[in-house]
Amino acid sequence: MNFLIYMSDYIVPFLILVILVYGISMNVEVYHTFIEGAESGFRTVIGIMPTLIGLMTAVGILRASGCLEFISEVLGMVTGKIGFPGELVPISIVKMFSSSAATGLLIDLYKEFGADSFVGRAASIAMSCTETIFYTMSVYFLSVKIKHTRYTLAGGLLATTAGLVASVMLAGMMG
Amino acid sequence: MLNYLWAGMIGIGIMFAAFTGRVPELTNAALDSAKEAVTLSITMVGVMSFWSGFMEIAKKAGIIEMASEKLEPFLSFLFPSLPRKHPARQFIATNMIANILGLGWAATPAGLKAMEELEHLEEERRAGRAKGTSRKKGTASNEMCNLLIINISSLQLIPMTVIAYRSQYGSVNPTAIVGPGIVATAVSTLTAIIFCKIVDRSRRR
Repeated sequence: MNFLIYMSDYIVPFLILVILVYGISMNVEVYHTFIEGAESGFRTVIGIMPTLIGLMTAVGILRASGCLEFISEVLGMVTGKIGFPGELVPISIVKMFSSSAATGLLIDLYKEFGADSFVGRAASIAMSCTETIFYTMSVYFLSVKIKHTRYTLAGGLLATTAGLVASVMLAGMMG
Repeated sequence: MLNYLWAGMIGIGIMFAAFTGRVPELTNAALDSAKEAVTLSITMVGVMSFWSGFMEIAKKAGIIEMASEKLEPFLSFLFPSLPRKHPARQFIATNMIANILGLGWAATPAGLKAMEELEHLEEERRAGRAKGTSRKKGTASNEMCNLLIINISSLQLIPMTVIAYRSQYGSVNPTAIVGPGIVATAVSTLTAIIFCKIVDRSRRR
């Protein structure tokens, strides 16, 4: 585990160095290219701002009503038996449908428990190792008019479950 | 889909609040959350601009093309009945590399092109011009299922948005989750690959 945390500290700077050196060796105008890319990143964030406001407001209402706690507690009684914290159940389910809605719940967990708490760590890892199953399937299959998706959903759910289990275990090992 | 999810969250929230007697708190909660979304977006602008800048350099330097070539043996393993030199191969490779680098905007178009090419392949198969079991129109081929499952298993190496959220919400070490995240991603992706291989094998018999 120590190695993983050690690696975490070094991987971003290392990646940046590799990209820079490789870029210069390929005669890329690195600075101008950086600015170009930064501009598109800038636009992306500004573009998702209304989405973020809409979804965070919805999560805020859900949290203030006490509904989120209620769901976590009820589901936690079941999932807690197999060692899966109930707090992570709503976010795990929502992530299958929408990444941005899950982001709203992720931030809610950070506020409630702290980004470095066990729940915060597990949710962070879970967010980085799962995808929006239903969204991805509908976009990809609709584009070629496929109706029978055969074993795709089963495989997707299995991979997601494996990722979630790994997240909880790894978050436990970090502490 | 998001229509129902979003409306559901708000609707259920308000109805639930009526039962718990928390209705008066809802207005403030909504306004605070909206304000917070803006604060968060401002932090995100910095992090995402920085990261997209470097990713643009990587893209222009040809890292995606270079990595796509290295992916060939893996593609042959995962898509055994996909003909060599088939146009779908390149799109699948680009889709996977872009996913690994976290370039969602580059991954989806490549993925959709790959699906289109795989559908062409199916048409060829139905007409008996290409090898492999053909399926009825509207049914996913093995290649399509495998591509989707690998995509769903998540390939992203550095979850930059999660890191940004963590730093905004007081994490002492926002990047601490990168290493464990890579391990968890490897677990989910390996599970996906093993699943695809097992299904492929049992269908061939």
